[in-house]
Amino acid sequence: MRAGMDNVSIVIVGVGGQGTLLASRILGAFGVNRGTNVKVSEVHGMAQRGGTVVTYIRLGDCAVSPLIEDGCADYILSFELMEAARALHYLKKGGTVITNTQCISPMSVVTGAAAYPEDLPARLKEKADTILVDAYALAEKAGETRAVNLVLLGALCALTQGDAAEWEKAISECVPARSIEVNLKAFELGTQVI
Amino acid sequence: MPQKLMLGNEAAARGAWEAGVRLVSSYPGTPSTEITEYASKYPEIYAEWAANEKVALEVAAGASMGGARALCCMKHVGVNVAADPLYTLSYTGVNGGLVIVAADDPGMHSSQNEQDSRMHARASQVPMLEPSDSEECRLYMKKAFEISEKYDCPVMLRTTTRIAHARSMAQMEDRQEAPVKDYQKNVSKWVMTPAFAKMRHPVVEARMDALSAEDNGLVCLEMRSCEIGVICSGMAYQYVREALPGASILKLGMVNPLPKNAIVDFAGKVRKLCVIEELEPVMEEQIASWGVRVDIGKKDTGRQGELSGRKIRTIFGLDNPEVIESPGMPARPPVLCPGCPHRGVYAVLSKLKCTVTGDIGCYTLGSSAPLSAVDSVLCMGASVGMSQGFDRARKWAGEDSRKLVAVIGDSTFLHSGVTSLLSASYNRANITLIILDNTTTGMTGHQPNPATGFDIHGEPTTRIDLEELCRACKADSVVTVPADDMAKVEAAVRGALSETGVSVIIARKACALLDKKSRKDPLHIQPDICRGCRSCMRLGCPAIAFADGHAVIDPSLCVGCGLCSQTCAFNAIVGRNV
Ligand SMILES: Cc1ncc(C[n+]2csc(CCOP(=O)(O)OP(=O)(O)O)c2C)c(N)n1
Repeated sequence: MRAGMDNVSIVIVGVGGQGTLLASRILGAFGVNRGTNVKVSEVHGMAQRGGTVVTYIRLGDCAVSPLIEDGCADYILSFELMEAARALHYLKKGGTVITNTQCISPMSVVTGAAAYPEDLPARLKEKADTILVDAYALAEKAGETRAVNLVLLGALCALTQGDAAEWEKAISECVPARSIEVNLKAFELGTQVI
Repeated sequence: MPQKLMLGNEAAARGAWEAGVRLVSSYPGTPSTEITEYASKYPEIYAEWAANEKVALEVAAGASMGGARALCCMKHVGVNVAADPLYTLSYTGVNGGLVIVAADDPGMHSSQNEQDSRMHARASQVPMLEPSDSEECRLYMKKAFEISEKYDCPVMLRTTTRIAHARSMAQMEDRQEAPVKDYQKNVSKWVMTPAFAKMRHPVVEARMDALSAEDNGLVCLEMRSCEIGVICSGMAYQYVREALPGASILKLGMVNPLPKNAIVDFAGKVRKLCVIEELEPVMEEQIASWGVRVDIGKKDTGRQGELSGRKIRTIFGLDNPEVIESPGMPARPPVLCPGCPHRGVYAVLSKLKCTVTGDIGCYTLGSSAPLSAVDSVLCMGASVGMSQGFDRARKWAGEDSRKLVAVIGDSTFLHSGVTSLLSASYNRANITLIILDNTTTGMTGHQPNPATGFDIHGEPTTRIDLEELCRACKADSVVTVPADDMAKVEAAVRGALSETGVSVIIARKACALLDKKSRKDPLHIQPDICRGCRSCMRLGCPAIAFADGHAVIDPSLCVGCGLCSQTCAFNAIVGRNV
């Protein structure tokens, strides 16, 4: 049984600049609209310059501290494949990883000092319930490559058997008016992955 | 009451507005920056970015002396810069309420050290409050103004990254106007000559004693089991609540001075007394000095990094949730962005094998591979003075040919490089200083600074001309080059290194994230022409990768800055449409 959205801890990971903050803002708005307890912890500053970024979102009674400890996340929502693997320690036993299959090389890989790890999808699946989403391609299909975040949220909505209208309300509250349409399209494509 | 999911910093700004604050003067610094940005959006508040934290606090102190409620925000290391006025403001006290936010960064998410601002509060004898979530950021900010005026003293509000950058629900109340008070000349209060300061020092001590004894509603007692009693504050409180749901807690909203009676009382009610605090044993050492036995404290929690529920459960021998081990992954530290104007300058310094005293900002990232161009980073402004001292030392060691360069950002230069530059001229130093002028304060999220010609609202204002300023500091030469033209940068650096005296090079180009207009189409590396020599890869651009024996550009990341084509000896790098 995967966790629903009533009492849930979600770790969002990605690479600085990928739009992880917008995803956490939408989940925050989602929780507020439901009238549940909400805690979000974000990363600003240094880490935004292309480094690993980690954001925590907790909804419901579990939301005491805004941080999610090792072994306590119901979901890991990862914007990049290697970051999903790096974040596994957050996952609760029985939790689910939803990850974009896009690979972005860190500088050590670019310069050849390290290699991008191989077989990550299989290695992830071996360790945890893992849902692979080609979010970049779907975002491109929706007409905005930066909408990877909305595709992944769509997948989360479908996995938690969410009410699309409730999600769309939160999305509309958080994205600029001129890009609502393309974001909702990306979200919808994400829901169809599951 | 209406409420909203607010960032801790947003709630702190809201609290200041509700408290009737009229002036906010700050210098940016993670994790404090957004307080001033949010405050600047309230029409009732005059907000500004000062050149540095010392100036910011002095402006706020002046407003307070003039009778208005004033706020000044900074990151923990900013308090070092503002320490001079702070320590004596403790003596003068205030007229309008004066609050200073010090934002600490345990775990160093975005900082060069993890100093504990509570030490500054203790040393300066300034009261300090510490909120544990967004709603408390709002409430404690208001409380801080109340205490400031009641006790005639500045008050510090301490946050940490996890409070400042976390969102939780905060309520919204109306603004209570705080009319600007009368100003009466009063030299024994405001002129801190030794004679008057001697009269003020006892006032400081009496005030701290009174505050320690008074019940100001900031102590929160949660009695549960009498077995374990935990004293904590701020973020540590959240960790304790999560890890030890059965423990009794004495949560302190005021961390300086400590409420002695409440603590001694609590110690008498529980069997095992624990003091759980991040960073330094500030509370524990004071409590122990009263003869109270602390059973669990710093020897168990350590002084480094952030605490967590897991650390606390481990200390108490409790079970922790099972963990799936993350497989080892190559690290992904932050990097200079594609199109960053700092990159070309570092590539030149790296090529010339310069020794570089660095400074703090985005350009600190030039220290990492493959540019690896920076030898030192200490604190804001240090590059200039360190270069001067280093040059003298290496000359004594018999080195005459070392290529020594100091680099500093535009905001950092105006923050604390100017005095170092004029000191270098005055002392006939031999330095080459490169000002990396990307026309913004990049690292902290693009705040305008005095050299940009724009104020905090983005409105045009007086622009400080860096060239004129350096000439006025009596630099022997001042040249300006486009930061993205590596040949010109190299010629300027070679020229400066061949001169003696103080040489300044201003390498100018707007930050790539700001200047979206000058973005060009992505470039393309022609695979049949590329020889795979990797010289473009020495730039450390995230948009360039290597595959099948030649370099390739990721068109989704490239902004067409053209730096790589300048490094290519075979002209393999061209526009997409060629
Ligand atoms: C005393 C102090 N105040 C504030 C900061 C936070 N901070 C780090 S770098 C920086 C300024 C960066 O601007 P600039 O020098 O223009 O370089 P850029 O990041 O734009 O390259 C600031 C405000 C700090 N580290 N120390």
